[in-house]
Amino acid sequence: MSGGPRPSPDLTTGWKRFTRGIGQSSVLGRVSTLSARNWILAALGIVFLLSLTQQFAKLETSDLTSSGTWIIALAWSVPIIMAGLGGIFSERTGIVNIGLEGMLVLGTWFGAFGTLLYGPWWGMVIAAIAGSLGGLLLALATVTFNVDHIIAGVAINLMAPGITRFLSSIHFPDRGGSITQSPTIVGVSSFSIPVLSGGIVFGWQSPDILGRIESWNWFFVSDLAGIMRGFTSGMSWLTLVAILIVPAATWLLWKTSFGLRLRSCGENPHAADSLGVNVYKYKYFGVAIGGALAGFGGGFLAVQLSGLYREGQTLGKGFIGLATMIFGNWRPVGTALGGLLFGFAETLRLRDPRAAHALLLLIVFGLAVLLFRALYLRKAKAASWIGVSATLVLVWYLSTNSVPNQLPKITPHIAVLGLLIFATQRLRMPAADGQRYRKGEGG
Amino acid sequence: MSKKLFYVLAAPLAAVGVALIISSLVLLIAGANPFSAYSNMWEFGTRLETIIETLNRATPLYLSGIAVAIGFRMNLFNIGIEGQYVLAAIIAAKVGAEINLPPVLHVLVIILTAMAVGAFWSGLAGFLKVTRNVHEVISTIMLNAIAVAGVVSYLLSVWDVPDASLDTALKAIPESGWMPSLNGWVEVFTRDIKRVELWGFILVAVVVGVVYHVLINRTRIGYDLRASGENPTAATASGTDPKKMIMTAMVLGGAVAGLVGLPELLGSSHAYNLRFTQQLGFAGIAVALLGRNHAVGIAIGAFVFGWLDRASGVLEVRGDAPREIVAIMQGVIILAAVVAYAVVERKRRAEEASAAAAATAAAKPPDQVSVEEGGAS
Repeated sequence: MSGGPRPSPDLTTGWKRFTRGIGQSSVLGRVSTLSARNWILAALGIVFLLSLTQQFAKLETSDLTSSGTWIIALAWSVPIIMAGLGGIFSERTGIVNIGLEGMLVLGTWFGAFGTLLYGPWWGMVIAAIAGSLGGLLLALATVTFNVDHIIAGVAINLMAPGITRFLSSIHFPDRGGSITQSPTIVGVSSFSIPVLSGGIVFGWQSPDILGRIESWNWFFVSDLAGIMRGFTSGMSWLTLVAILIVPAATWLLWKTSFGLRLRSCGENPHAADSLGVNVYKYKYFGVAIGGALAGFGGGFLAVQLSGLYREGQTLGKGFIGLATMIFGNWRPVGTALGGLLFGFAETLRLRDPRAAHALLLLIVFGLAVLLFRALYLRKAKAASWIGVSATLVLVWYLSTNSVPNQLPKITPHIAVLGLLIFATQRLRMPAADGQRYRKGEGG
Repeated sequence: MSKKLFYVLAAPLAAVGVALIISSLVLLIAGANPFSAYSNMWEFGTRLETIIETLNRATPLYLSGIAVAIGFRMNLFNIGIEGQYVLAAIIAAKVGAEINLPPVLHVLVIILTAMAVGAFWSGLAGFLKVTRNVHEVISTIMLNAIAVAGVVSYLLSVWDVPDASLDTALKAIPESGWMPSLNGWVEVFTRDIKRVELWGFILVAVVVGVVYHVLINRTRIGYDLRASGENPTAATASGTDPKKMIMTAMVLGGAVAGLVGLPELLGSSHAYNLRFTQQLGFAGIAVALLGRNHAVGIAIGAFVFGWLDRASGVLEVRGDAPREIVAIMQGVIILAAVVAYAVVERKRRAEEASAAAAATAAAKPPDQVSVEEGGAS
């Protein structure tokens, strides 16, 4: 907890006092509120709920916990998580980023175009650069010209599809695409981890232990193996990069002096300024890094998931990313978990509508856990609310055989609204988020 | 006075200038001749038919802009116009198709339904802000997605009428619920209009604009709204209930937002279908920004955006450039406009401050001047 960044020697004691203040503030200084052991227990608990749902819903296919589902869910959550991380970097410097959607759109186009020209790896680099250019545009408007953040973000969202459409109409028709889509492209290859999930090492087919256990169909054990196999097999190298970005972001923001200075701009820019931090510069950094991450997410969507650029393929994933960021309380790990959850819901919708229906039961079980917790803490009002909602969802589950196909699609949005309604006091956004900042004015 | 006019006009003119320069550069990069492109657009855009189409496009944009502006006036970002109007349009289309009423009454019921739905959806965001302090930007973004990707998509699948056309569409509204075209009126002054019809809903938009202007500038509610926007603390101290004002602004904005889909619904499509125009909500934000929340300014903004949309078609036909250049132009106009407004506003404030400093310096004895100046800078 106190492993905060070391102040560089050129800074005064005032800086030390300031950083100590940030390190001790309730949420900001902590990388996570749970210890590693608790994380594992929580994860096992979720898997247990999933296999319980699987049993009670009597699904013939084990889609809730099969490795197939989780391989896809992991891949589809990457753009959402990247957009969410992009939002974190931007908002941690105090710039509200509504323009994530636009940066994602730029990423899809430039990712596809770059892949056409130089292959998928360079395509992703180009996508990230394009996204960061979108970020720099946002920074130029909000930081240098002091335009309202929401307005600037909306302008970027309006402009990005125009730019990509214009570029498509110039470049794609001659290459076998059209005004609205690129020719098909091939992403990077995938791998499985040897021994655990049957990866191939130097031509040797290693055993697939998790796959074997999954096929036993034992309660909980096979489910756990299936989910673990989902995270260890059939994964594209780009997905691995995305997974590694999550801890890297945590490290950069919470364990380096760069990150501390960056966050100080989002908490109290005037104090940061008085201690010698170049607030404008860090705001530019934050928004540009955020844009690059969103661009990466967009590129991943086009290059790896869709195999082409298609107009409107982001489907509001930038906004879902924004929702995920709030869900994760402006922190990378929580955001990644939220993104995974939303990617999972989306995957079920596409793979198996009956499994999507079973999600209702999962919600009931989840609410039941919360209910016991509320009763244990003797929160009568919360308990009654949770009890009523759990009953309603249960009635809904029992009285229907399917859910509307649209429901999983809007799960993230409902979840975030619910969170904002019922758990506002647990959320803490950067204190100066969304405020205009001019050096030397007020504070 | 002339100086005031300069401040009003400088920013939008600068924005359009910057947009022209940047679009010219883009056109040059794309290998087109900007001058031929602009002159073709001008030639095509000044035809009567193009202007009629422009007005048809500008009408919903204007309503959308007004809906956004109502919130902006008190620093509320109702960016949920998109969800509010699409939801309102589909429900109003359903109600209009199911009921049977005499002509004028039928249209009135459709309009009121749309306004009620828009006000309800927007009011949800207001309610969340007032009771749970949920920021309206987040809640309206989420409600947009819930409305468009969730509710409307679901309703469309449920209410779809299976017919020969294989088109996903609701039942059509009977003719008593249509709004007549205004071509006859226009033709009194001009030649005959070919192919296109001027949607009658433009009259409703004019009424909305007038009511908006009067409400904001000449009534108690409007005063309270503006006061809460300019200085919430002072407004609260003078007896305005901020929560009530938030609800009022959100509900009023939502009611106007409900109208955005109606020009098309009552004027041409007469049924909600898959091709129903979307994205007007976000364009409305742009138009409101361009028009600085002023009833006439928004009208100009809506006309400019509508004209760019309609006149750009010729670029493709004549082989100048893809028409998508217009989307870039619109985006640049918006960014340039907000930046220009911010710069001009800062300049105006600085001049005001120095003028005030000069005035106090003239009015007060010299020993106090230095203190005053220190505070003003």
